[in-house]
Amino acid sequence: MQEATAQPGIVPQPKARKRKRNGELKKRLWRNKLLYIMLIPGVLYFLVFKYFPMYGLIISFQDYKPYQGILGSEWVGMEQFKRLFTEPDFLNILVNTLILFGMNIIFYFPVPIILALMLNELRGSFFKRTFQTLVYLPHFMSWVIVVSITFVMVTMDGGIINELLTFFGFEKVNFLLNPTWFRPLYIIQVIWREAGWGTIIYLAAIAAVDPGLYEAARMDGAGRLRQVWHITLPAIRSVIITLLILKIGSVLDLGFEHVYLMLNSMNREVAEIIDTYVYTAGMQQGQFSYSTAIGFFKSLVGLVMVMTVNRLSKKMGEEGVY
Amino acid sequence: MVEDRTLGGRIFAAVNFTLLALIALITVLPFIHVVAGSFTTSAELAANKFVLIPKVWSFEAYEFIFSTNTIFRALGVSIGVTLIGTAFSMFITALMAYALARRDLDGRNVVNFLVVFTMLFHGGMIPTFLVVKELGLINSYWALILPSAISAFNMIILKNFFQNIPDGLEESAKIDGCNDFGILFRIVLPLSLPSIATISLFYAVTYWNTYMSAILYLDDSAKWPIQVLLRQIVVLASGMDYSSTLDAAVPPPDQTIKMAVIVVATLPILMVYPFLQKHFAKGALLGSMKG
Repeated sequence: MQEATAQPGIVPQPKARKRKRNGELKKRLWRNKLLYIMLIPGVLYFLVFKYFPMYGLIISFQDYKPYQGILGSEWVGMEQFKRLFTEPDFLNILVNTLILFGMNIIFYFPVPIILALMLNELRGSFFKRTFQTLVYLPHFMSWVIVVSITFVMVTMDGGIINELLTFFGFEKVNFLLNPTWFRPLYIIQVIWREAGWGTIIYLAAIAAVDPGLYEAARMDGAGRLRQVWHITLPAIRSVIITLLILKIGSVLDLGFEHVYLMLNSMNREVAEIIDTYVYTAGMQQGQFSYSTAIGFFKSLVGLVMVMTVNRLSKKMGEEGVY
Repeated sequence: MVEDRTLGGRIFAAVNFTLLALIALITVLPFIHVVAGSFTTSAELAANKFVLIPKVWSFEAYEFIFSTNTIFRALGVSIGVTLIGTAFSMFITALMAYALARRDLDGRNVVNFLVVFTMLFHGGMIPTFLVVKELGLINSYWALILPSAISAFNMIILKNFFQNIPDGLEESAKIDGCNDFGILFRIVLPLSLPSIATISLFYAVTYWNTYMSAILYLDDSAKWPIQVLLRQIVVLASGMDYSSTLDAAVPPPDQTIKMAVIVVATLPILMVYPFLQKHFAKGALLGSMKG
């Protein structure tokens, strides 16, 4: 690529400089050809299994028929979305989804923070390590396993919980079929599976706090609780906010598997959420376009929520996620 | 931190310890109950509901579930998908992560953005299903692997890790005539074994726990992995929607049998977990670093 270099003594013209840079770029591309070959499988994966489905979202503006394909199906404009917002079912499902989300924020989100603070106050690394080993464990269980364990424990015929209730003179409760029990069970399962694992990131943030701060606070006569309140909590505030943003971004993403496994014909009125409804309407009833519209709506809301909360937190002087 | 020896400090520590011990106990009790229940007879479980250590030991539940080859087949599918899937995912994840970790790669920012964007927005269940169907993967075991072959999260963790390897090593390998594949496989990967192990385990656990892909993409019950079988046996047989899948004439399975299947489906994770718990935690932290 020598021809692109300027003659000696003459200031290179902009055009020549550009050509030179192009030459360098070509050279770099050629030198890194093996790196691009390495990228091929990964990029192909993301294109095929992530970006093709995004393109597939256009069937939510169609009346998609599998035998006609995306190109042959009839365009119906916003029809599916109109149906979405007029169908009484959908409102109920949206409310169910939002209630579970709210429970997640109120009952689950603070638990790992509190656990991490408690764990940090624990003396003796043996107990700390043992404790962590035990509470991280459920995170690695699939939802099928978590729900299965729940089932054998709460079932009416011989489940330990109902046996305990009878033992103490209470009546048996049909936890699985009774709609009032769906939400409490759901959030207990979430806390049981995720709370321990959720502490990791807070513990790391706490470990980074300067021990001198505690020393100074103690000199000033601050007790343990006040140290937690005035030193530890402020130190992990930005981590808390970051995780809260991520959580809010997944507002409508409550985990298809978990809820689907808990769902049955008796608790459907409270347990049907957007994810399970997409499955029911799309996979079981074949309403591809309509259920895609629902999924599209969900993904958009999630994206908008992340961006909004992120901007808000930046305005409040926090870092934000991106 | 220095030990707080005041009375208030000691009470605080004692209360804190007791509470944490209780929490740990509550976390593991369900497991112990299920494991204990699976190793006793159904008569013993019916008579003595609160077993944590069975008085009568018995393998009858395990003998029953292993008497047909249904569970062997499901275990075989799960083991196969886990081994092949993990190897495959790890291979293409490492290739992509290494290429993106190289700062001299033109276009890496674009690819990075494309990857991160998939974490914020996705096509959803139905469009993904249609893609899998168009590719002819329905009822193929590859449908359990390919649609989730790379986790963007895992790829970014690995990329961040590769970026922290000093450039000098790569430079000297290059001078010795190593090409990029050589550098990756002979220098970078051997230096990254702990993080490779961590990410492999994340993938392995995900593949072992595969449930949704199986119910979406496999119609043939002979191809079900263990998680789907577990759900059939426990969830559907617990007084919910029996009629749809089980013959009404067949009584629901005993508690002990359900517990035994849960143990079998959990066992591989329980076996590797104690040794790898530390790595898991480290991996999660690597992932939380900004990249």
